[in-house]
Amino acid sequence: MSLSAADITRLARLARIGIEAGEVDAVANKLNNVFGLIEKMRAVDTTGVAPMSHPQPLGLRLRDDVVSVENQREAFLACAPQTEAGLYLVPRVIE
Amino acid sequence: MKWEVVIGLEVHAQLSTHSKIFSGASTAFGAEPNTQTAAVDIALPGVLPVMNRVALQKAIRFGLAIGAKINQTSVFARKNYFYPDLPKGYQISQLDLPIVEGGEITITVGEAEKTVRLTRAHLEEDAGKSLHEDFHGMTGIDLNRAGTPLLEIVSEPDMRSAAEAVAYARALHGLVTWLGICDGNMQEGSFRVDANVSVRPQGQEAFGTRREIKNLNSFRFLEQAINYEIQWQIETLEDGGRVQQATVLFDPDSGETRLMRTKEDAHDYRYFPDPDLLPMKISDQEVAAIQAELPELPSQMKARFVEQYAVSSYDAALLTANLEIARFFEAIVAEQVEGKLAANWLNGEFAARLNREEKTLADSPINPVRFALLLRRISDNTLSSKLAKQVFDAMWSSELSADDIIERDGLKQVSDVGAIEKLVEEAIAANPKAVEEFRAGKEKALNALAGQVMKASKGKANPAQVQEILRQKLA
Repeated sequence: MSLSAADITRLARLARIGIEAGEVDAVANKLNNVFGLIEKMRAVDTTGVAPMSHPQPLGLRLRDDVVSVENQREAFLACAPQTEAGLYLVPRVIE
Repeated sequence: MKWEVVIGLEVHAQLSTHSKIFSGASTAFGAEPNTQTAAVDIALPGVLPVMNRVALQKAIRFGLAIGAKINQTSVFARKNYFYPDLPKGYQISQLDLPIVEGGEITITVGEAEKTVRLTRAHLEEDAGKSLHEDFHGMTGIDLNRAGTPLLEIVSEPDMRSAAEAVAYARALHGLVTWLGICDGNMQEGSFRVDANVSVRPQGQEAFGTRREIKNLNSFRFLEQAINYEIQWQIETLEDGGRVQQATVLFDPDSGETRLMRTKEDAHDYRYFPDPDLLPMKISDQEVAAIQAELPELPSQMKARFVEQYAVSSYDAALLTANLEIARFFEAIVAEQVEGKLAANWLNGEFAARLNREEKTLADSPINPVRFALLLRRISDNTLSSKLAKQVFDAMWSSELSADDIIERDGLKQVSDVGAIEKLVEEAIAANPKAVEEFRAGKEKALNALAGQVMKASKGKANPAQVQEILRQKLA
């Protein structure tokens, strides 16, 4: 599998990463090297091996359903560049 | 051409927990914006999610109730997309190993029963809320809802009409509230429905191209939206057009669906297992413990009602549509009322009355004990069903018992043979024409005479007795 310049541009857009036109080839090269590695791994016969979703051989720890967090709005809002009426303000999104 | 409609539903049911799925912030509805958020919910760097045990248990409870497979290993995945009400840049959801797989729900449409298969149900977190009112050209973000536990319940494309889709959504709504895993409040967004709709020529095996109607928050809108969409798709195809795969929104004001996005700009979510969360390992003992706590399910209760109280399957389905009505019915029957009579009244007069006044059972001014007395007065022939309706009306707007109203308004049915005989004789004497007609074989004429007797008794004569005595006298 090999990524084209168009693939790189699309992936960058999806990941919201800014890539200059002059960088596309270099990024494609690097990513294609990674894909080379993936190709090698895909060549290994994994029939009957369960896919690993996490490297730790443990199960998830669970917590009790208890409200343990106080209202921290003022502290949290203080981190945001713009707020109003208790809301975070962001550039207008219209769908 | 004859078209067949194919519908599958995705339902987001908010699991009724106190705290969020991955943080200790409250999930209570209606708080001031951003007062119920933890560092995890607003995605501060370096914080880690910790899973809520009750959310998992409620998901398993649902799976067991629909006869599904509970995956012993279940994995959380990141669903990546960018939107300001999703501060992490991904939603924690499930892809390959959802907690619940398979299962089925039986629905009743009219008199017919049908089984709808479920594909899966998975755990995920809700996003926050974007407020698009004008904040100086900006959008306001409230993250109180971010991290609220959801169970996304996905059906197979087994439904063939809007009526079936609504019946399924209602059955599912009844079940999740019955199980106590979701409060079912649709106005508050606790139960949201997305409908995948397509049409295909009758007899064709391949599915048509589907469009997904997003975020329907009432059964009425669900029905309207699907019916509009079906009509639109059929018209488009019959005009020689093509249906493009797309996501659409329903506008309740116009009753139409409108395009939100097409497949070309569909999200590419780039799912992968969330490295912050280990796989959930669910033991047989845990599942058995939840199984042991399952209440009697609607389908089981329905079968029992048919068996124990001799009500029809149709009535039993209505009486088990939700736990409140089922309990109400059983509370009435417990007061020495015949099941069939209670079912007729609850599904008939009572349901119609609630409907007309847009009330729910919780608002009913008549409790089961008062209701039971009214029904017993029908069984013991104190009241005809017509008089009973009159008493019912009076009970609706007062706190008096049926007996008080019967006494006050003198509504006691007259079953005294002598009194009825007298009225019958008068009616026969006054209506020679009807008598002649009846004797000539015209059955209807008897009803006219009976009507005269009822009228003379001010509706209080026992109608069955009136008929009987009339026949005796005219024989």
